Amino acid sequence: MRNTTFILLLILVAGAVFGIARLINNAYVFFAGYVVLQYVVLATAWNILGGYTGYVNFGIAAFFAMGAYTTVVLHKIAPMPLPLMMLIGGGVSGVIGLGTGYLTLRLRGTYFAIATLAMAVVVQTLITNWSFVGGSRGAYIVRPAEAPFFAGDYIQYLFLVMLGLSVISVAIARAIEHSRLGYGFAAIRDDEGAAEASGVPTLRLKLIATALSGGFMGMAGAPLPYYVTYLDPASGFSLSYAVNTIAMPLIGGTESWFGPIIGAVLLGTLQQVATVTISSALSLLIVGLLLVAFVIAAPKGILGWFKR
Amino acid sequence: MSPLLEVSGLGKRFGGFVALADVDLTVAEGERLGLIGPNGSGKSTLVNCLSGTLHNETGQVRFAGQLLNGLSAHQRTRLGMARSFQLPRPFSTMTLSENLRIPLLYAVRSRDKAATADIDARCLVLLEMVGLADKAARLPGDLTQIEMRKLELARAMAAEPRLLIADEVMAGLSHQEVDDILALLLRLNVEGMTIILIEHIMRAVLAFSQRLVVLVAGRKIADGDPQAIVRQPDVVQAYLGS
Amino acid sequence: MSFDLLGNALVSGLLIGGFYAAVTIGVSISFGMLDIVNIAHPAFIILGSYIAYIANSTWGVDPILACVVMLPAFHLLGMAIYYVYDVAFERRGDTSIRGLAFFFGLLFITEVVLVLVFGVDYRLVEAPYIGPTLHIGEIDLPLRLLVPCVVSLLLIGLLQLYMSRTFIGRAVQAVAQDPTALRLMAANPSRIKRIAFGLSIATASVAGAFLIIIQPVEPSIGRDYIGRVFAICVMGGLGSFAGSVVAAMILGIVESLTATFYGPSWAPAVAFGFLLITLAARPAGIFGRQ
Repeated sequence: MRNTTFILLLILVAGAVFGIARLINNAYVFFAGYVVLQYVVLATAWNILGGYTGYVNFGIAAFFAMGAYTTVVLHKIAPMPLPLMMLIGGGVSGVIGLGTGYLTLRLRGTYFAIATLAMAVVVQTLITNWSFVGGSRGAYIVRPAEAPFFAGDYIQYLFLVMLGLSVISVAIARAIEHSRLGYGFAAIRDDEGAAEASGVPTLRLKLIATALSGGFMGMAGAPLPYYVTYLDPASGFSLSYAVNTIAMPLIGGTESWFGPIIGAVLLGTLQQVATVTISSALSLLIVGLLLVAFVIAAPKGILGWFKR
Repeated sequence: MSPLLEVSGLGKRFGGFVALADVDLTVAEGERLGLIGPNGSGKSTLVNCLSGTLHNETGQVRFAGQLLNGLSAHQRTRLGMARSFQLPRPFSTMTLSENLRIPLLYAVRSRDKAATADIDARCLVLLEMVGLADKAARLPGDLTQIEMRKLELARAMAAEPRLLIADEVMAGLSHQEVDDILALLLRLNVEGMTIILIEHIMRAVLAFSQRLVVLVAGRKIADGDPQAIVRQPDVVQAYLGS
Repeated sequence: MSFDLLGNALVSGLLIGGFYAAVTIGVSISFGMLDIVNIAHPAFIILGSYIAYIANSTWGVDPILACVVMLPAFHLLGMAIYYVYDVAFERRGDTSIRGLAFFFGLLFITEVVLVLVFGVDYRLVEAPYIGPTLHIGEIDLPLRLLVPCVVSLLLIGLLQLYMSRTFIGRAVQAVAQDPTALRLMAANPSRIKRIAFGLSIATASVAGAFLIIIQPVEPSIGRDYIGRVFAICVMGGLGSFAGSVVAAMILGIVESLTATFYGPSWAPAVAFGFLLITLAARPAGIFGRQ
């Protein structure tokens, strides 16, 4: 299927999803749906570097929170339309990704993974010490009452924005998969030395993957302040973002664009249900257990069940 | 005419162990060079240093007049030097056809955007040359060791190099298969490819090489006419012991 | 600058460095010698801390004693985890993403379970050496820092002896360098690695006792240590105990100086900075083999 056809289909599906949500007209659907869509973007973004290229990024919280805090800063000094803030937030995160990558990607994948872990802690420390964004006490963001383009709550607008970002990120992930870039990523993942010997500029491609991945995570984080209206480092850098973002593609399947979506929808919905029925800590525990179970027993994820 | 490959004073150590010491080598364009030596003599280390997978501490490598020191492996491949790995390293999640796509997409296309117009067909042609065309859609995991070596050779060929370094591609092949690969390599050479053949199968090396280089314990001990060299006492001793 | 302040910062940094060495020694084995990226190591340390807390608050047992008693249990736990890791990843040749995700999952599960069982409040232990401080001239030597440091160095010394004098210890060092040769010596590399990994987790038990003596503990503290542990391991040279001790002391001192003169919240950045600099400048570390 050609890229343009796929994008049109995606837009149709997205439109249908939004239409159904408006029909149900329950605010909870938009609130919960936003979280699921946010994870679609995060999981897809992570998978570009993790699943396609084979480099594990543990510092998801840093990229995600940088997007959120960029919005906080912009909101305070120069309020602008949300999509613009997302672009800037994505840019900031992308640059951070590039920087971390440049310092660590010449070495083995394991060092990169450890460095991303350490980097997340450092970024959290920096933000916690930055009083302009509220430091450890957090920042309050006022959510506009009305959506800018149509009749509805602002939360519906946030849902729509995240829906749009999902479409874009999935479309790009799929486009990469069958492109020259995607083949390069896969070669790096399968055998980096052999890829180099075959003419693949591995460092450059890894940097591209890291920047793309980080950038999309930043864009996913940018609307967060308006969603939660109170943002503090503890919640912005919550470990649950990292675990979910990694678990979703690994459970759904890392080899294609569809895996992260399966993982995000399934796990996201599961957690929404569990949070309401049991407890959020228990639902996180379930995610952790599922992650370990799948990684051990089903390396190809849910997608792998169907490929056979 | 200046040589295609000029190696001078190449040295490589691993900690205290000297893998290569003061190796000089020149290869003319279009030449067929054989490289032999007992196991552990440093042949693969030499290949790794030439291709950029390892960094040599001393010495210089010039390819088509250009100094290679500091260039990464992918840059050297793009310049026109390709190697096969002694222990096959296929891309395990890709089909054989896709394995060959990588060098075509990256080494060849970087030189000439139009050259990769019909990639799938070109992959098939390459697979046919090594006798793997019927397995084009299979994964490397389905191949035998010997078939994987052929894939290695095909992948190096796919980069359309000026200089091809074939590192023990014939290991384990039957008599007929050796002849097939020899014929393939000779054909490539006739079409203009310079080839360095690293092998233990003596009849193949002697049939193929215009010139023979012998490496023992990291040093070059002989360089010249193949028939003369294999009779040299020090070469015979290196292989058979005293 | 107050030399008094500087002196005390240096000393406490040194003492904490001794403790950091105990935290790192397990990773020195699992990552340095076995090439297993066990980022969940701090989780096992925290587990040790909580066990020390339970023993101490329920029966008044000395924390270090409690964790020494628990050593065999942790060793068994480590062996069990290695067994799963070996079968699921190492044998399949798929160690990279999934192996890392496996340990990340373990790290996460441990933290969440601890939160569910103990809550997020800080826990601490009581022991006769936690309050008092020795004074030598202008320098303060808090016993709660001194005791863990001394015991840590003692244990590391013992471990080093074990590694160089016993068959199993030497086999572990051998398996890091040449598994094939080890096989030829009629030792099973898999079994040796299992024992080694068990050893690595066992050290976490005692390190956990040290941790809760030095500071109050809550489940998420482990995350601060991941960066430190790997920074020390890399700085010191993978697999070198002496290197780890030296690097741990250096990190402890720099962190202490940073905390004293710039504020304690910058401490995590120090470890990260060290890690980056080492990886960029000398990846083999201080005592590492090239």
